[in-house]
Amino acid sequence: MSSPTSRAFATRGEILAFATLAVLLLAVLPASMEIFRLNLFGKYLTYAFVAIGLVLCWGYGGILSLGQGVFFGLGGYCLAMFLKLEASDPEATKIQSTPGIPDFMDWNQLTELPWFWVPFESLGFALVAVVLVPTLFAGLIAFAMFKRRVGGVYFAIITQSIAAILTILIIGQQGLTGGVNGITDLRTLKGWDIRTDEAKLVLYYVNAFLLLGALVFCHWVLGTKFGRILVAMRTREDRVRFSGYDVASFKIFVFCLAAALSAIGGAMFTLQVGFMSPSFVGIVPSIEMVIFAAVGGRLSLLGAVYGTLLVNWAKTTFSETMPELWLLAMGGLFIAVVLFFPNGLAGLWQSFRQPLMHAIRRHAPAGSVVADAAPEGGTR
Amino acid sequence: MLDSRPSDYMLNVEGLTVSFDGFKAVDDLSFYVDEEEIRVIIGPNGAGKTTVLDLICGRTRASAGQVWFRDQELTRLKEHEIVRTGVGRKFQNPTIYEDLTVFENLEISYPSGRTVFGALGFKKTRAVIDRIEEIAETIFLADCLHHVSGALSHGQKQWLEIGMLLIQDPALLMLDEPVAGMSPSERIRTAELLQTITRGRSVLVIEHDMAFVENIAHRVTVLHQGRILAEGSMDKIKSDPRVVEVYLGH
Ligand SMILES: Nc1ncnc2c1ncn2[C@@H]1O[C@H](COP(=O)(O)OP(=O)(O)OP(=O)(O)O)[C@@H](O)[C@H]1O
Ligand SMILES: [Mg+2]
Repeated sequence: MSSPTSRAFATRGEILAFATLAVLLLAVLPASMEIFRLNLFGKYLTYAFVAIGLVLCWGYGGILSLGQGVFFGLGGYCLAMFLKLEASDPEATKIQSTPGIPDFMDWNQLTELPWFWVPFESLGFALVAVVLVPTLFAGLIAFAMFKRRVGGVYFAIITQSIAAILTILIIGQQGLTGGVNGITDLRTLKGWDIRTDEAKLVLYYVNAFLLLGALVFCHWVLGTKFGRILVAMRTREDRVRFSGYDVASFKIFVFCLAAALSAIGGAMFTLQVGFMSPSFVGIVPSIEMVIFAAVGGRLSLLGAVYGTLLVNWAKTTFSETMPELWLLAMGGLFIAVVLFFPNGLAGLWQSFRQPLMHAIRRHAPAGSVVADAAPEGGTR
Repeated sequence: MLDSRPSDYMLNVEGLTVSFDGFKAVDDLSFYVDEEEIRVIIGPNGAGKTTVLDLICGRTRASAGQVWFRDQELTRLKEHEIVRTGVGRKFQNPTIYEDLTVFENLEISYPSGRTVFGALGFKKTRAVIDRIEEIAETIFLADCLHHVSGALSHGQKQWLEIGMLLIQDPALLMLDEPVAGMSPSERIRTAELLQTITRGRSVLVIEHDMAFVENIAHRVTVLHQGRILAEGSMDKIKSDPRVVEVYLGH
């Protein structure tokens, strides 16, 4: 019996689905492709952090953010700053007019490391900043918006504007940020060369484990009363208030959580790809990330991972052969998903799986059919 | 500070006023509700009945006036703070979480784990489950605890919303048209339900169904154009010619 009293952390089906993904990420992908392709998939998987954050924040909480690239980018930049400083030791930069500072600063006639770069000489500081800077920034935005009860489309537009503003800011402040090229030519992490095939394999695994850990954590969050309040807030915000909850604080928390996840993805991107640039911060990447979650199914954590992999794989494949058509195809895909498959791939899978399960159940003793039919319970 | 709260009333509404773009939906309204009193507010459509409840529970901000609930002034508090002082509100249209099951609806309404971290760490203990089952029994939904609440009938949704308030154990219960849209047999059960759940608390009910009102009201307040037209026992109200003219005559 699976009455809510005895409800376990995950149902058998959920464990099976999770194990399947784990095997795919940890064994099938690494075994079936050379390191160049695996590194590419590792890059896709960094976007999956953003997508599962969107499942919490948008799918469950109903808060659509079109600016997740901001947090992905900030996380990535925080780590890139550390790596860039390590790559810019006086020995390696002795041909510059000011040795010991990043090359792009030298090109922009800076003669001293800007004050906010200084603490990034410490790896510990950089790692804390990777999570904290984007999370605090998200908290600031969320506090200002949600305490004033700005929501829905207005919130989406504001997050989008922030993505645009931050991009312009980064590009404009070339001497401080590396401008449109971003922070490039990253080499070592505490002396460990991150550009080798071996390092790429290790980083792929680190990323995969972090992602699996994030999935377990998010699954736990959704299983608590907090998760149910997210769903409640999405449909009946007023009622949640009149049940005695401060709705704003719940929204702030889930938005910060999504930002923190995106930031971890961003940092892993920097490590695996070897640079970070404003092209991952702006409006287009932010919207793409929403599409990953939508295609996978915005109510499904695992679906979001598959959606991310699939859309990115398609993007790489198609944009090689017909680059000009890709944006159109992406837009069409998004519209099709929203109109016809609001629950994305995960929803399709459910509707395919359910008749199958019913057929199996008819031969088994009656179980928790009612609870399983709940729209939220099944797709998580 | 003008602190003129008569101490023996539970709810003390003093000069309450709200205007929407110059139109006074509630106009200098004062009334008092006793401990354990069932007060029914009646009046024609648009009289401002719902707006009065909105003002008390903080959904609408008052332009002037005060609402004293025991020793707290409510017009300055936020909605969730008002709820936590012990005021529960049922809306005119059933307002429940349609995506969630009856059990989950009641669980969310359970008055603990109301902060972010409280909700993350909330445990469904035996006591919580017993309480939810007890409430489900009271509101005639014990058999559909694990049904998605969106699939319930209109009347059952009304009961569920009442149950969601009940589990908070509010000292003041405010119900906006609890039998609207119910079948005659559901009305009878709801009247019984109200008899049992109103024990030990004060209740403010808005209702149009006069048979139902006669059945439950201790006292009646008649509202007309945002002001009180008459107040008193049901018998007194029924024989008041002004009330007959603006409301009961129809
Ligand atoms: N937020 C608002 N903005 C503008 N006008 C409002 C608002 N809320 C209520 N009103 C107006 O105030 C008046 C009183 O409305 P209210 O809903 O309180 O009436 P009621 O007595 O509950 O009526 P009914 O019996 O139809 O439920 C109406 O004329 C309504 O249009
Ligand atoms: Mg009304």
